[in-house]
Amino acid sequence: MSVNDKIVSDLVDNDISFVTTVPCKQLAGVIDAIDAHQDIMHVPSNKEDEGMGLCAGAFMGGKRSAIIMQNTAIGVTVNTLATLVQYYRMPLPMLISYRGELGEPVACQVEMAVHTKAILAQMNIPTYHFHHEDDVNELDKILKYTYMCNKPVAILTDASFWKGY
Amino acid sequence: MIRSDVLKDIAPVIAEHLVVCNIGLPSQELHLIDDQPTNFYMLGTMGLSSSIGLGLALAQNKKVISIDGDGSVLTNFGTLPTIANNAASNYILLIIDNGSYGSTGDQPTYAGRKTSLTKVAQACGCDNVVECKAEDTKAEIEKALAGDEMTIIVCKCESGNIPVPVITMDPVVIRQRFMDAVAS
Repeated sequence: MSVNDKIVSDLVDNDISFVTTVPCKQLAGVIDAIDAHQDIMHVPSNKEDEGMGLCAGAFMGGKRSAIIMQNTAIGVTVNTLATLVQYYRMPLPMLISYRGELGEPVACQVEMAVHTKAILAQMNIPTYHFHHEDDVNELDKILKYTYMCNKPVAILTDASFWKGY
Repeated sequence: MIRSDVLKDIAPVIAEHLVVCNIGLPSQELHLIDDQPTNFYMLGTMGLSSSIGLGLALAQNKKVISIDGDGSVLTNFGTLPTIANNAASNYILLIIDNGSYGSTGDQPTYAGRKTSLTKVAQACGCDNVVECKAEDTKAEIEKALAGDEMTIIVCKCESGNIPVPVITMDPVVIRQRFMDAVAS
């Protein structure tokens, strides 16, 4: 099973049926797989905080939800994470492409990469980092953990995990 | 009519429906006028009332009314194309457009100057956009609730605020009470 299929399969197995995405080159394959899956409602959003609002609404409507986004957007979602997702205690798996790591060709991406884990740590957001392809095998447990603790949880996926840029 | 007059007027019509209410004075006023378990009060996160309401409408079948403001829609303009391209027939977005940032002291917004939110919504692809006077809002909501089409209502009203207490209910209580009402 490909990494993309494994991710989508774990989402579906954990009853996640609403996914919003803001694209990243590294995430193109998994976004395609989500869009194609009949058990997932895929609602692309224009900005990541908007997407978190959609996820909050879907969750309150009875659908487990998740967001797929790039780490450069962590900065613009700080307020939404603090005053909506965390304040109202909502679970939110965040599958995040970790741009600006080894293999990155675009220098500017490093500028947010160096802040990514610091911001997540400052916000007390449980954070996992997928670097090797086998790391994907932890996703199922991470999703169960998210719904156990009702928190936003970050899964950073770097270029090595995706086998290149 | 100012926003609180509009909320008083529409309260009986929206009382039995799921309502996602905008941060600040709109939530505080609705909470004072007619607190209901079917109301989700936003205590923070300016701009996301329409997004939360759309997600809720897409996830279940009950009617959902997002109460938003012109300033908040301007903050989260990206919401309008998302609403247009994922139209939920059970979704109503009520934009109370008083041309000002009411909760922060009535500073003017661009919606009160050259920018028409009605035209922006139409340009974003929203098919059913109605602009009305404040006193016609109740009738427009009744019409939208009776229909089966996603509706955006832009209610043009005067700016101004009434003194209201802040909401002291715990956010988790607001959320759980609301989710119980959604599931009932």
